[in-house]
Amino acid sequence: MTKIYVSTIVNGRPEDVLCEAHQSLLDLLRDEIGLTGTKEGCGTGDCGACTVLLDDRLVCSCLVLAPEAHGKEITTVEGIADSQDGLHVVQQKLLEHAALQCGVCTPGFVVAAKALLDKHSDPDEETIRYWLAGNLCRCTGYDKIIRAVQDAAQELATTK
Amino acid sequence: MADAANYKAIGTRPIRPDGIEKVTGRANFGADLNLPDMLHGKVLRSPHAHARIKRIDLSKALAVDGVYAAVSSADFPQEVTSSLSINILARDKALYHGHAIAAVAARTPRIAEEAIELIEVEYEVLAPVLSLDEAMQENATLVNEHLRTNDEESAPPSNIASTQKFERGDVQKGFDEADVIVEEAFRVPSAHQGYIEPHACVATSNPGGRVTIWCTTQGPFEVRSATAGVLAKTVSDIKVIPSEIGGGFGGKTVVYLEPVAVRLSELTGKPVKMVMNREEVFRATGPASATLCKIKVGATKDGRITAAQAWLAYEAGAFPGSPVGPGAMSVFAPYDLENFLVEGYDVLVNKPKVAAYRAPGAPQSMHAMECAIDELAQRLDMDPIDLRLKNAAKEGTVAPYGPKFPPIGLVKCLEAAKRHPNYATKPEEGVGRGVAVGFWFNIGMQSSAEVCVAEDGAVSIMEGSPDIGGSRASMCLMAAETLGVPYETINAHVGDTESTGFCNLTGGSRTTFATGLAVVKACEDVIAQCKARAALTWELDVDQVEWQDGRAVPKPGVNIDVDPLSLAEIAKTMSRTGGPLLGRASLNAQGAGACFSVNWTDVIIDRETGKVDVKAFTAVQDAGRAIHPAYVEGQMQGGAVQGLGWALNEEYIYDGNGVVENASFLDYRVPVASDMPMIDCEIIEVPNPSHPYGVRGVGETPIVAPLAATSNAVRDVLGFRINDLPLSPPNVLAAIDAAE
Repeated sequence: MTKIYVSTIVNGRPEDVLCEAHQSLLDLLRDEIGLTGTKEGCGTGDCGACTVLLDDRLVCSCLVLAPEAHGKEITTVEGIADSQDGLHVVQQKLLEHAALQCGVCTPGFVVAAKALLDKHSDPDEETIRYWLAGNLCRCTGYDKIIRAVQDAAQELATTK
Repeated sequence: MADAANYKAIGTRPIRPDGIEKVTGRANFGADLNLPDMLHGKVLRSPHAHARIKRIDLSKALAVDGVYAAVSSADFPQEVTSSLSINILARDKALYHGHAIAAVAARTPRIAEEAIELIEVEYEVLAPVLSLDEAMQENATLVNEHLRTNDEESAPPSNIASTQKFERGDVQKGFDEADVIVEEAFRVPSAHQGYIEPHACVATSNPGGRVTIWCTTQGPFEVRSATAGVLAKTVSDIKVIPSEIGGGFGGKTVVYLEPVAVRLSELTGKPVKMVMNREEVFRATGPASATLCKIKVGATKDGRITAAQAWLAYEAGAFPGSPVGPGAMSVFAPYDLENFLVEGYDVLVNKPKVAAYRAPGAPQSMHAMECAIDELAQRLDMDPIDLRLKNAAKEGTVAPYGPKFPPIGLVKCLEAAKRHPNYATKPEEGVGRGVAVGFWFNIGMQSSAEVCVAEDGAVSIMEGSPDIGGSRASMCLMAAETLGVPYETINAHVGDTESTGFCNLTGGSRTTFATGLAVVKACEDVIAQCKARAALTWELDVDQVEWQDGRAVPKPGVNIDVDPLSLAEIAKTMSRTGGPLLGRASLNAQGAGACFSVNWTDVIIDRETGKVDVKAFTAVQDAGRAIHPAYVEGQMQGGAVQGLGWALNEEYIYDGNGVVENASFLDYRVPVASDMPMIDCEIIEVPNPSHPYGVRGVGETPIVAPLAATSNAVRDVLGFRINDLPLSPPNVLAAIDAAE
């Protein structure tokens, strides 16, 4: 099968990959680049475990064809923590609030919550719940995740 | 048992030791492992719910470039005839839509997917049996022509795999004494555990017959024995390495892929990876039983229950083994009853084999009983908590399932609920409130733990319970409390089947209780060794030394002037005092304390759409002792939302041919963040005397009460009861229309 050349920036670094036409962006990240932090929970865009930023737009990477990522910038969970400053405040607050149990949905929540806080500095509970409604969590009942994101927003507001 | 107020570590809420790995994407789950030269396996599944398999021809699949092997059940030991082995690959019949028929291993997942489509299967399609009512009829089509009820050879073949009955007193006399009797039937549909991570594994085998499996599982030792059973190997041929687990809720206590991946690896000599997609998870892995539960309960005018009777039928799927047993044992567990009768039926239908789902069996039967109790409260004009308090089981009550209850927390939970501000505040106009009680037995079983002390005094725990919800943190907290050292100096690791002693699976809410007990005992072993090392250093007898706040000190009255020796100091010189410090314990834990809860919820209903919205939910639950309260709350909140999902929306929808019509997260809709309110929690602590820190399992009870609490709240809004779940918009709307 003829391979397609895909040139991307992933977490700030150039990644040039040959992929097949049917492969998804999720396949490209996990199987071609080896970034397995992004998870596949459904493959149909319903669970949000594969959430990444594509040119700053929140997408389910299982619904994006890998060739569509050509020339674009991608941020995955592996690119959220700053190597100098450590964890992003969302990651830190998820830990402090015990807002993960099994942890498999967590990468998607981290990326989605960071994107939320980049756009809304002071989201109310309803805004957070609707923003994160595309990310399924079967363990926590969402309570502690919502509180962690509220706390992260507050911390960002006080440190700005 | 020390007073809770004196604990230093237990009851605090530190960050879990595996947390950073999980928020940064570093943690490796089932599908994250890739090995050099690895092949990918895919399964062909039956398009029929019930069909005789006349012929399977693998040759066209095998002829595809990049395909290395293809198997059907003929490639597995035929002498093994367990349900498990026939569920993994069908033999003479396909027993449900999605039943595995054959599998291939290929260079890429894509090639494997294309190849399975080329496998030729000749089916003789049979009529499927799709409901309890149909399956229990006398002349029903048989799922399994060889199955006889309770294995009675003289009985005719039946879809009823087993029956059970237990009773106390005289129910007829009890009903005669009743002033009010409620008699209702309730249906609960099949629901899926809905873990976000699909089943996945990688298997390798070598020409000497040794097998290694990496997989996502609640129990690596159970994967080992199940795989050995299906492949007629011995357990010592197989090593199982558990990955991080992306949710299980009971659904990852059994195997589906592992024996197939091993067989494909044996045939190809290469590692084989198999990962289910979501549709396969819905079609072929364990949902919870659909049930029909009939309840009759009678009480005197002052609210004393005089008799209770339950008739319970549970769908088992295509093989025997529904949780009707625990359903029957739990249905009346919260109540002190003189007269009761419980009958249970385990019923085969042409649907996937059910698997455990969080308190397996209890949500369905207790939904029925807790709805009936609510109805009784309505007719007696009593507060539903007062009615339950009047009849509540307490220490010394002989449980309906046999044993006499040791200290239990039901009454304390009911009293706490009664005075909780969320209960004291009456719901506004148009808002309905429903109350229900939850219960789970909890189990102990076998666990092992080792506690190693490094030369810098850092402590590492090795145990065998996959960490499904923060259990490493609770192990570290119990070790910190026992050893008297800071939590931050301890780490906990989940070993594989050859690096840690035998450990039963993470299930039955047993991990913090039983594996925790092993960790505490292994720490006590370390302390004993430390005291011996200090005694040697100080030239004292070991019984002249005691352990205090993480340090060896001479006992009061021992006349010697020495500085205490900390764990770190003893560790630093351990090579000179006897070598490495290594504590260990293995046990079969007894006395898992039963766990009770009280839940209530406030709901509103849109009468135009039938949609029920949950405005508030409060959970009160006895944890015995909350080791890490945030993770206890997490269990309560997560279980509550799973229960609310089951009550409000979740169900398997079958067409007339037995095909699941909603096998995706789009159509099988689990609750999302915007559906739910905050879940308020109050933890009650009635210590379990069988654990040094009083731990009870807390993981399963939380899913039980939300079903009836929701039903009762909906009744409160509408003024009439909808007996069957889910209370989804179409069902609620139909009930409203019918009532008008």
